[in-house]
Amino acid sequence: MLRLPLPVAKIVLPLAVVVGVFVVVGASARTRVMRRPPADAGRITTDADSVVAKVDRLFAKNWADANITPANPADDLTVLRRLSQSLHGTVPSLEEIRVFEADLQPHRMERWVERLLADRRFSDYFARRLARVYVGADEGQFVVFRRDRFWAWLGEQLQNNRHYDEIVSEMIADRGLWTGVPEVNFITAAVNDGSVDVDKLAGRTVRAFLGQRIDCAQCHDHFFADWKQGQFKGLAACFSKVSISPVGVEDNRKEKYTVQDRKTLEDKEVLAEVPFHSEWMPAEGTERQRLAAWLTHPDNRRFERAIVNRVWGLMFGKPWIEPVDDLPNPNEAGRQHDDLLDVLGGDFREHNCDLKRLIANIAATHAFRLSSDHPESESPERSTIIDNTWAAFPLTRLRPEQVIGAMLQATSLKTIDQNSHWASRTFRFFQELNFVKEYGDLGDDELADHSGTIPQALLRMNGEFAKDRSEGTPFSAPGRIAGMSPTADRCLDLCFLVCLTRHPTAEEQAQMLPQLEDVRGDARKNAIEDIFWTLYNSAEFCWGH
Amino acid sequence: MTTASRSRRDFLRLSAAAFGLSFAVPGLELRAADARGAERKKSLLTIWLSGGPSQLETWDPHAGTDIGGGADGVKAIQSTIPDAQIAHLYPQTAEQLHHVSVIRSLVSKEGDHERAAYMLHTGYRPEPTLVHPSIGAIATHELSDDKVEIPQFVCLGDSPFPPRGGFLGDKLDAYRIFNPGQNGQNLRPNVDTDRQQRRLKNLEVVSQSFRRGRGTLVDHTLHQHTVDAALRMMTSEQLKAFQVEEEPAAIRDAYGRLSFGTGCLVARRLLEVGVRSIEVSLNGFDSHAKNMEAHVNRAKELDPALATLFKDLADRDLLQSTVVLVIGEFGRTPKINPLGGRDHWPTGFSCLVGGGGLRSGAVLGATDPSGQKAQPETPIEVANLYATVLHTLGVDYAKEVITPIGRPMKYCAGTPINQLLPEPVST
Repeated sequence: MLRLPLPVAKIVLPLAVVVGVFVVVGASARTRVMRRPPADAGRITTDADSVVAKVDRLFAKNWADANITPANPADDLTVLRRLSQSLHGTVPSLEEIRVFEADLQPHRMERWVERLLADRRFSDYFARRLARVYVGADEGQFVVFRRDRFWAWLGEQLQNNRHYDEIVSEMIADRGLWTGVPEVNFITAAVNDGSVDVDKLAGRTVRAFLGQRIDCAQCHDHFFADWKQGQFKGLAACFSKVSISPVGVEDNRKEKYTVQDRKTLEDKEVLAEVPFHSEWMPAEGTERQRLAAWLTHPDNRRFERAIVNRVWGLMFGKPWIEPVDDLPNPNEAGRQHDDLLDVLGGDFREHNCDLKRLIANIAATHAFRLSSDHPESESPERSTIIDNTWAAFPLTRLRPEQVIGAMLQATSLKTIDQNSHWASRTFRFFQELNFVKEYGDLGDDELADHSGTIPQALLRMNGEFAKDRSEGTPFSAPGRIAGMSPTADRCLDLCFLVCLTRHPTAEEQAQMLPQLEDVRGDARKNAIEDIFWTLYNSAEFCWGH
Repeated sequence: MTTASRSRRDFLRLSAAAFGLSFAVPGLELRAADARGAERKKSLLTIWLSGGPSQLETWDPHAGTDIGGGADGVKAIQSTIPDAQIAHLYPQTAEQLHHVSVIRSLVSKEGDHERAAYMLHTGYRPEPTLVHPSIGAIATHELSDDKVEIPQFVCLGDSPFPPRGGFLGDKLDAYRIFNPGQNGQNLRPNVDTDRQQRRLKNLEVVSQSFRRGRGTLVDHTLHQHTVDAALRMMTSEQLKAFQVEEEPAAIRDAYGRLSFGTGCLVARRLLEVGVRSIEVSLNGFDSHAKNMEAHVNRAKELDPALATLFKDLADRDLLQSTVVLVIGEFGRTPKINPLGGRDHWPTGFSCLVGGGGLRSGAVLGATDPSGQKAQPETPIEVANLYATVLHTLGVDYAKEVITPIGRPMKYCAGTPINQLLPEPVST
């Protein structure tokens, strides 16, 4: 038998195994992605018949009616930043900016939208945003609710561009264990004190997939929409067969679902029922399967309108109709050409509920490409009109994940994505958790209007995280910029590009260039750190624009 | 740094005052503590016992009964309220209990930590489409004080479910101090004054570029406002309230030098400055196993801190202007489970409430010594307790506000508990 010297056997071999495992796992976790721009010009078109053109005409009419001129188009770098923020939850890296700037082929923006959507960062980030709608932001019941598994599953569906109606049907109707069949976490997120809260599921289903609020009909009829308490209970009954056991989510509860009648105080059995167009509900299948079929039925326009409004909200930072889940009823006569949700929703349906196409369409609209500055914004009255007619891109507070994502990316010149070293990704994960905890989570209603707070300002100005993110070390962007830029001019330009995705203005140069000129060593490093601090604390960095 | 325009010089002068010389500015009335009695605005101090404290091992012992744990279980000691015996784990608090009243019959419908914490912070059950403000946020919103430069709603300790501003706005989320006794986090600049000034000057220029063409749109973000308020806070003398070093050693010892005791001492200092609403939290009451051990352990921190706090507030004439509430998200089951633990119990749990002019020495409600009846005698809804608290603070508890989605909502849906008020209110 081969005998190895003791140190080799005891130390080197186990070490080699550990290193080997890291290398193999690390390599397999990396996927091959293009470092060059994609070749094909994308799937969407912008000709006169296209949905993008229809949306543009709708906006043009609204602006004309309000007697307002829309803002100028934003420059491409700004649009790129917007896209990275809304689709990846971060800002473009210097590496990406350089490739983008060197790309001089036609349809650059359309191709870049395709590229961003194909990136794993999109599916990971978007899954987390959408998951808030489907399983909420609460901690949920220990053991039976696995948010991490749900995120991973949803991310996978987005990455593969599964049809949205199928994704939703699986969440509503699938059976199995929360670990192996992660979509059932939609159900187990509503487990409260060991039992399934069917009212919560009914309310969440209608808000998430029909864009309407019927929660108040749990106890009384809706004040202004035509939701009745009986309709709510009928929907809740669709989930009443659900049972939770060690084998997972099943549909074999035997007890009848009863509700106490408020007048007679007698328990009355309630059957699974839908509030309108019951002809869309098939007779076959479990109650949950029948509900899923009804929700996603091709004629159920509430379904498409709900997701269009939400995706619009995630792209612009502000939904088309607020609150995001309290939409007016669709016009029963059919889709209206002057109703944005109908226009985009119709195209979404015609193309098999393709979420990536919906996003690409929105990204191609005139409204999405507008600048956020407008010559008439000094007047408060005109500002209100600008706001109401989307005549400029809205300013909205970025989510904490977007702020931290931007800071993390800005301190690295290379793109941080699935190809990054696992240590960078782990680092990002834990930093994000802590930062979100201190910055304040927005909860379920993340698309509602939020203003900044003083603790957030303090955290950005003086927090450990912000300090680390602006420190000039040999590996950080501030340190590397200090080392690699021969001139003050170029140095300042790089700082602005990595933090704000733009070049500095003449005033900014006049202010900051003297701080960089003729300084060496620590003084230069400090000057760059100070510029990073400045940019991190600007409204421009913290607000979507 | 060669140029120095006029505006820049002005700026430097202003920031010099802000950054180094604020102690030289005389004449400002900084301490609300200087006002006493009726002149003083009222504040709310909540001691949050996170995890759900057992009513039996705190303020409602049924010593010697099965539910009390029999012979090895909880023992009762007489407090300074004639009608109230409390758990033997709280000998010091027993000596100070006359400053407050005891409620033994709180009821709620929430038995999950997160949902119950919401209920016990707001008086409302969680709703999917609306976040209610906590009563601390309501008090801060209604009774804010311009003289206070530090946050007026402070949460001390690492509670998993801190109180929120809800539909009143994120600005009314409690300002969190995770490690009481240390200065609030992120309050000191990371660089020296020269560099800080350079940073701020740079920021001014970058903000100007962004403001161009965005005027009122940028103003609406309140970004600059929050930055300015943060800078003002960083240089405020009132920040000293967060530190305990200048307190006498005897006082610090009496409160206890662990995180919670220090938090209570900081809370008293914040009250003196005029902070409107404070929560100090103590974790670790979720005793599903070894209930008695957990409560013995918690009482070691809670008893001295609470007793000292009651006495200290009374001695300093702060109790008349401070409503004190000692509460958690629910109580625990009368039945002891096979692990020697108690599970969640939202019907018939206890709290202490007093100060601010509320009647003291009252004992409200009673639970069944046999543990058979789930409902206590004279059950008290959480909303009624909070109507009482808001009313005592001088807030119209029934005021209806329009939420951002246009739905009218009362601050509190309850009615005040007359037994606790010096003068009954008619509703």
